[in-house]
Amino acid sequence: MIEAIDLQLIVAVQQGLPIASRPYALIAEQLDLDEAEVIERLSKLKQQGLIKRLGVIVKHRRLGYQSNAMVVFNIPDALVKQMGQQISQFQFINLCYQRPRHGEQWPYNLFCMIHGKSREKVLQQLSYLIANCALEDYAHDILFSRRCFKQRGALYFPLTTITA
Amino acid sequence: MDELDRAIINSLQEGFPICASPYKQVAETLNISEQALIKRLQTLLDNGILSRFGPMFHAEHMGGALTLAAVKAPEDSYETIAEIINAFPEVAHNYAREHALNMWFVLATETPEQIQQVISQIEAQTELTVYNMPKIQEYFVGLKLEA
Repeated sequence: MIEAIDLQLIVAVQQGLPIASRPYALIAEQLDLDEAEVIERLSKLKQQGLIKRLGVIVKHRRLGYQSNAMVVFNIPDALVKQMGQQISQFQFINLCYQRPRHGEQWPYNLFCMIHGKSREKVLQQLSYLIANCALEDYAHDILFSRRCFKQRGALYFPLTTITA
Repeated sequence: MDELDRAIINSLQEGFPICASPYKQVAETLNISEQALIKRLQTLLDNGILSRFGPMFHAEHMGGALTLAAVKAPEDSYETIAEIINAFPEVAHNYAREHALNMWFVLATETPEQIQQVISQIEAQTELTVYNMPKIQEYFVGLKLEA
């Protein structure tokens, strides 16, 4: 269970950190704690992994990453862990997960994301990946995004932001 | 956006210190003043290049759940389907993608049980099958994009 004070702290920071010289002191003031306690508790939440990361989230399109591709493979179950780890080593891979197949409709079980500045670049990176990981024998597909309808931090607890 | 903005974005994608004067600490590594960093960061947020500045929580450690799901939305009702799905507060992201499964969205709920409930509601309202693809194993999460 998460302690009540930590919960208050999570709620206080979920919309973002104050952009001011002593951000943790401002949060402390709001919660009637002292700055040192806020720093200690946030550090602990980070160590425990409840806070995955502290920092900025970019809008990838605004940085020129126009092509966002979900690349999927059908890898035998016995090999999927090894392949997942191997694929994750490539610098242009942003996310890599194993997910369930859905029969003939969806035969793929290894998912990764490539954010690139152009389709050509993403396709080159995919070819490079396939050649270097000996993935030629496995079925794959590439799903470029056509549109982003919604991109926000998930509403959560009562409303926190998480990465998906 | 100039070189300094890029350096700030790249640095803050790596992380942000938890200490009394974190902006001062980051500013020193960038060879700028604390005030300059604060001003630049505020501008990057205001003009929408950055979507957030703060913590990313671990959904499952918080007791919640996440999943990736997809539907095959017919082209002639695509917009309506998107509106129905996006109206659910549990939908965090939704992307149109080029495939027979042409709409992909992430669901985030406060409890694992709610994932199935939301999926059932989406299926009832859209009359489509929702393909649920929760993660089985995570190999890598490192969404850092060089600015």
